[in-house]
Amino acid sequence: MQEKVLYAMSALFDTPDAIIQAAESVQKAGYKKFDVNTPYPVHGMDNAMKLKPSTLGYFAFIIGIFGAIMAVAGMGYLTGVDYPNVMGGKPFFALPAFIPITFEVTVLSASVATVVIMIAFFFKLPNNSHPVHNTEYMKNVSDDKFGVLVEAKDAMFDAAKVEDLFRSLGASRIIPIYYDLEDIRTVGNIFRPKFVLFLAIVVFVSAGLTYGVLNRLLFIPPFTWMVYQPRVNAQQKSNMFADGSGMRNPVDGTVARGWMPYRYSGKPDEAGLNLVNPLIPNTHTLDLGKKNFDVYCSPCHGYLAKGDSRLRGQFPNPPTLHSDKVRNWTDGRIYAVITDGQNSMPSYSRLVSPSDRWAVILYIRELQRALNAKQEDLK
Amino acid sequence: MSQQENNIVYTQKNLPSKLLTIGVVILIVGLVLAGASYLIDPVRASFNSLISMMFGLSVGLGILFIIGLEHLTGAVWSVPFRRVAEYLGGILYIVPILAIPVFLNMHGVFSWSDPAVIAKDHVLQGKVPYLNTGFFYIRFALAFIVLWFFFTMFKRNSIKMDSNPSESYVKSSKILSAVMMPFFAIFTTIMAVDWLMSVVPRWFSTIFGVYYFAGSFLAGLGALTLVVIMLNKRGYLAKGLGGDNYYSLGAFMFAITNFWSYIAFSQYMLIWYANLPEETFWFIPRLHTSWVWMTAGLPLIKFIIPYIFILSQPSKKDPKRLTIAAIMIMFGHYYDLFWLVMPAYHKEGFFFSWNELAFPILLIGATITYFAIVTKNKNLIPVNDPKLPQGINFHL
Ligand code: HEC
Repeated sequence: MQEKVLYAMSALFDTPDAIIQAAESVQKAGYKKFDVNTPYPVHGMDNAMKLKPSTLGYFAFIIGIFGAIMAVAGMGYLTGVDYPNVMGGKPFFALPAFIPITFEVTVLSASVATVVIMIAFFFKLPNNSHPVHNTEYMKNVSDDKFGVLVEAKDAMFDAAKVEDLFRSLGASRIIPIYYDLEDIRTVGNIFRPKFVLFLAIVVFVSAGLTYGVLNRLLFIPPFTWMVYQPRVNAQQKSNMFADGSGMRNPVDGTVARGWMPYRYSGKPDEAGLNLVNPLIPNTHTLDLGKKNFDVYCSPCHGYLAKGDSRLRGQFPNPPTLHSDKVRNWTDGRIYAVITDGQNSMPSYSRLVSPSDRWAVILYIRELQRALNAKQEDLK
Repeated sequence: MSQQENNIVYTQKNLPSKLLTIGVVILIVGLVLAGASYLIDPVRASFNSLISMMFGLSVGLGILFIIGLEHLTGAVWSVPFRRVAEYLGGILYIVPILAIPVFLNMHGVFSWSDPAVIAKDHVLQGKVPYLNTGFFYIRFALAFIVLWFFFTMFKRNSIKMDSNPSESYVKSSKILSAVMMPFFAIFTTIMAVDWLMSVVPRWFSTIFGVYYFAGSFLAGLGALTLVVIMLNKRGYLAKGLGGDNYYSLGAFMFAITNFWSYIAFSQYMLIWYANLPEETFWFIPRLHTSWVWMTAGLPLIKFIIPYIFILSQPSKKDPKRLTIAAIMIMFGHYYDLFWLVMPAYHKEGFFFSWNELAFPILLIGATITYFAIVTKNKNLIPVNDPKLPQGINFHL
């Protein structure tokens, strides 16, 4: 049998005060590689061991700031530059709305990074085992005793001297801790084939189980999901109705949005009696009317609606719209002419929308008034 | 370090008599200024008086809460400071005096108290069951009676323990603190709603009570830290205080700074998001007139600067930096209250003159005078508190 290799000398104490004193003395004696294990955090231990304040906080700080900047920049770019969408009437770059998310991202990135950095750099990645595991010492300090140990690697280490020191401090027990021979060979090696294989199996099994549960098991009856309830999808067959069609025709008389039927086709006089111009003359409607009139009506009727066509005899000249007849017509009657056409004048219902037609009529009224001004208009 | 050497080194010393003189001088200066400012413009003076009252109340509430919290949680770190808190919290007895100018100018400060205003406003008519002068006075009286009761009881128990170290006082304070908490919450909210929110009677914010509480906690901590450090530096408290005791005060200030910011931002963001005219109108003078500079300064003064200042570990332990932080935090709270109240008096924009300084000076003078008088020939630490040795040897 091989000789045992000493890892450390350890001592157990009964009270938190004793362990603080012990830690102080060990530190004062000049040992560097020593550690304290207690069942719970003992107040004042950092100071007794003269531990330097950890630098981990700076990493957390820097990564937190980084997370905050990424969050603001990311949201700002997405909602402000790349895909601006009006949401709740707020500006694209809506800083107040970003702040809760920025806060979350800051905390998340700082905390995750802190843990990762702590394990990877401060603990230099975990080992499979540690010499203090499964020892009398560990059993005691994870129960009701307070332990301190000095590693054999320490430059000043001398087993007998350390033992004397512990004894002089009043240790209740002194236990040497030896390496597990198996561990010496494998210490620091988390890439042992057996271990890697084990890890791989764990990954596959847990991933497979997760997949199976979430994507398969949960869909086996009696588990029901609202998404998968029986329902009719657009353009699909359904046995509910006799004609086998899932979609229904609209009720008779249904009117499509933005379209109104014209009821006076071929009955201009009735239109003249019943239709009322919904628009009131103002700069906006008159401008609209002028624009439409100049585009659609003026080629035949002339800019001033005097019947002075620009078609040079290629089409029968229309009559003037300043005749007493047209001036006495109601707006509805003119609307009927535009909508249905009249004799050789074609219908303009496809080109000019209903509201534009009414605007054109307002403009015609204006032209009529301009050429037949009343006395009071001159004032 | 360890508990075997637990002798408390404390000798009872009187504060220098100079302190009383200083306090009285400041008090008289404050009285003169306040009187002059009242003669010039009673409504403006009343608004200022209201702000100072709410600030003083904040300090009192904050300290009362810290005392209650200590009893409730069995905290040890704050025990060596508790007596200072118990004297300083007496500011609660002083502040109602500052309400007098407001009571004399009810219509000017609280428009809801004016029947002519109510008659024209159907929204306010709906609030009449709560916002009416009679009930308002009752709530005011009730709030102070309740706060005084708890404060006085805590103080009495604590002082009695000096001569008669009996566990029963510890227990009675503990029960008292548990009973106090709900009352504390209710009356803090009521005072905040009555005296701060109702200066713009149509406006409401459901988070307002917590907002004021957060600020109060800060103000109380700031005042306590400032006084504790000043006394401890000159050796009026037990020997060996500092380090982790200071660190805890600093950590508390840091935490509550964050808490206040969280609440203040929540209030702003929810109003901003919902964009309801009955809520947003409160922010309009604060964002669209020269008040906007004060609004912009608020997060800076009450959050960003203290946050960065107290962030690092050493600055939570260093008495000098803690002193600065405490002053900063108290100034921030006054600034906050000014910002909450004054746009109601003067919507058109920011203003400031000596008038605005009169009442704070008065309050400071009164507090120093009070503190100097009540601490005369008294212990400044709870000498026989069973947790005192642990508190002095407190380590994180
Ligand atoms: C292609 C040429 C042409 C265009 C474009 C045209 N019209 Fe006409 N319009 C006519 C002709 C031709 C008549 C006469 C029809 C008839 O003989 O009854 C007429 C008649 C009319 C009349 C009836 C006059 C009357 O005295 O009976 C009105 C009103 C009228 N048009 C308005 C319009 C309006 C408004 C527009 C523009 C939307 C327009 N027209 C566009 C050629 C045109």
